Amino acid sequence: MSVDSYRRQFLEHAGRRLQKEPSWLSLLRRESFERFLDRGFPTPSDEDWRFTSVAPLAAMEFSLDARPPGGDVESLRKAHIGNGWKRHEIVFVNGRFAPELSALGGIPEGVIVEGLATALASHPEDIEAVLSLNDAFGASVFHDLNRAFLEDGAFVLVPEGVVVEEPIHIVHVSSATRPAVSHPRHIVLVESGAQVRLVESYVGDDGLSYFTNAAADIVAGSGANVDHYRIQREGGSAFHIGTERLLQAKGAVLQNHSVSLGARLSRIDIASLLDGEGADLTLNGLYVVKGSQHVDHHTLIDHKKPHCTSRELYKGVLDGTASGVFNGRIVVRPGAQKTNAQQTNKNLLLSEEALVNTNPQLEIEADDVKCAHGATIGQLDKDQLFYLRSRGIGLEEARSILTRGFIADVSERIRIAAVKDAVRRLLLAEAA
Amino acid sequence: MLVIKNLHANVDGREILHGIDLEIRAGEVHAIMGPNGSGKSTLSQVLAGRETYDVTEGTVTYLGKDLLSMSPEERAHLGVFLAFQYPVEIPGVNNTYFLKAALNANRKARGEDPLDAMDFLKLVREKVKLVEMDEDLINRPVNEGFSGGEKKRNEIFQMAVLEPKFAILDETDSGLDIDALKIVANGVNALRGPERAMLVITHYQRLLNHIVPDFVHVLSEGRIVASGGKELALKLEQEGYGWLVAGAAR
Repeated sequence: MSVDSYRRQFLEHAGRRLQKEPSWLSLLRRESFERFLDRGFPTPSDEDWRFTSVAPLAAMEFSLDARPPGGDVESLRKAHIGNGWKRHEIVFVNGRFAPELSALGGIPEGVIVEGLATALASHPEDIEAVLSLNDAFGASVFHDLNRAFLEDGAFVLVPEGVVVEEPIHIVHVSSATRPAVSHPRHIVLVESGAQVRLVESYVGDDGLSYFTNAAADIVAGSGANVDHYRIQREGGSAFHIGTERLLQAKGAVLQNHSVSLGARLSRIDIASLLDGEGADLTLNGLYVVKGSQHVDHHTLIDHKKPHCTSRELYKGVLDGTASGVFNGRIVVRPGAQKTNAQQTNKNLLLSEEALVNTNPQLEIEADDVKCAHGATIGQLDKDQLFYLRSRGIGLEEARSILTRGFIADVSERIRIAAVKDAVRRLLLAEAA
Repeated sequence: MLVIKNLHANVDGREILHGIDLEIRAGEVHAIMGPNGSGKSTLSQVLAGRETYDVTEGTVTYLGKDLLSMSPEERAHLGVFLAFQYPVEIPGVNNTYFLKAALNANRKARGEDPLDAMDFLKLVREKVKLVEMDEDLINRPVNEGFSGGEKKRNEIFQMAVLEPKFAILDETDSGLDIDALKIVANGVNALRGPERAMLVITHYQRLLNHIVPDFVHVLSEGRIVASGGKELALKLEQEGYGWLVAGAAR
């Protein structure tokens, strides 16, 4: 196991950093790394990792120093959502801010979109407060690993009452000449009454193996409105681990859409804390995998305060020998009365060998709540297939039409036209 | 156009069709009547290529070709169309999108260029009038939330757009009120022509007042037990199936 290689990297990394960074960060790194060493990589005997083996990831050695990019970063970026839409774009290559690829002109007055490495100097208190959040919140060892190796990522701050019209696109590109690891960390602070749309993208080279261990914190202040899309389309040999921590104050409205298409192994942990009365959360998810891909979503919705609403809809399509996991945990704390929580997970298996494990978990400690959940696993409907074919549509196209029909209600919920179109296009490419 | 010889078909190992012989020429409208369970729907599904039915004996020749060896889509490309007794709902798939995909798949198979969005829309506007269908319906997911009558109209609307050579109407009248029945019948009659043949399957005679057939056949227990002109339908209406069914069962 290459915990050793991480230990070696950590010592070098810490030595390089020590002179320049605040002491709280050095301490946070050390504590996080010690927890990682204590626990090691998860094994199938860990309840949260029963159906996802990270043994192939743990067995590999990845270099922290990936420079220079191996492939064509620009074409990777273009092949993703493309250029035909208005947005502010901040680009990272192998975990590091790439100002020359970013387009940050025209950011509204007072709004900050910059590299986290820079922001550590300008907004240390804000960043410390967010990074130090612990509890059950994003508690996987990979999150500790991310904090231990934290170097760069996007820092976004939308001040009170400000509405950012154009979406902010955070792009992470992995492109290296040897197997490399990056630990990007994005922090998004949306102050009370502010409004923003965010797209968080992960793309990378096909072929060469690499490891993206990303984390993002999104804090929505009281009455803030955040529409957030996370589009994971890593290269076919990549490992992708993501931790998303969503924190909502009173009356905040947050929508998180997680789309997972790429990587040989991907695992996304989304932990959301409804920490103020009347907060409203939507979690939409879409995973489409084939070949021998494995995709795992673990979501936690923590209803801590009364009168909060959460709606969760995850749909998955699995082909070939692909496998998937959906684990959706909803916790309603004592006193979180009038909670309304709905959760649905639906899966479509396109082959005999594809496999999915779905596990809804409700833990309700309040008595005046409305909670419902449901999960299904099915195959393409034979009657529908025959109907389409009887009209002259060939078998392959009929399967593709029905598959897209199955996920249409999730993809329709993407409210940025360019992103919706891109996801449709990428899904078509997946189905081909 | 269509020649069925000694057709036997099974479902789940149980024989439903016990040897059907039928010949339909271009321009003709044939009606098949018969009591429930006589094999009417099995015949229509077998002709459209449903895989749940096994043909154990006999042949079906369509336009000189072996129909039974073709996939459902290949049959459609050659002009076979089945108006379903129970049209399926397909949530998430837009009706017009589906129909355009179908039309262009047929055009491609015939070596024609696909219709672009504008030409397709023009065609849809023209055909939708034929069945007096609400234009809103054609932009909804296929049959989702449609009433029984709306589903049947949607079948005839699809038929009008795809312009098949040989159309099978499987109990298109069942569940329709008289107004809807007339609209559906008018839609069907508008498509009658010397190049086109139809097989109208029904339990009741009343549809045949509106779609007047050239020939009527009675199917009972998997066999055609009587054939005649349109007056046979009237006789069935007055006397029921009893006299034929008794004869067939012996």
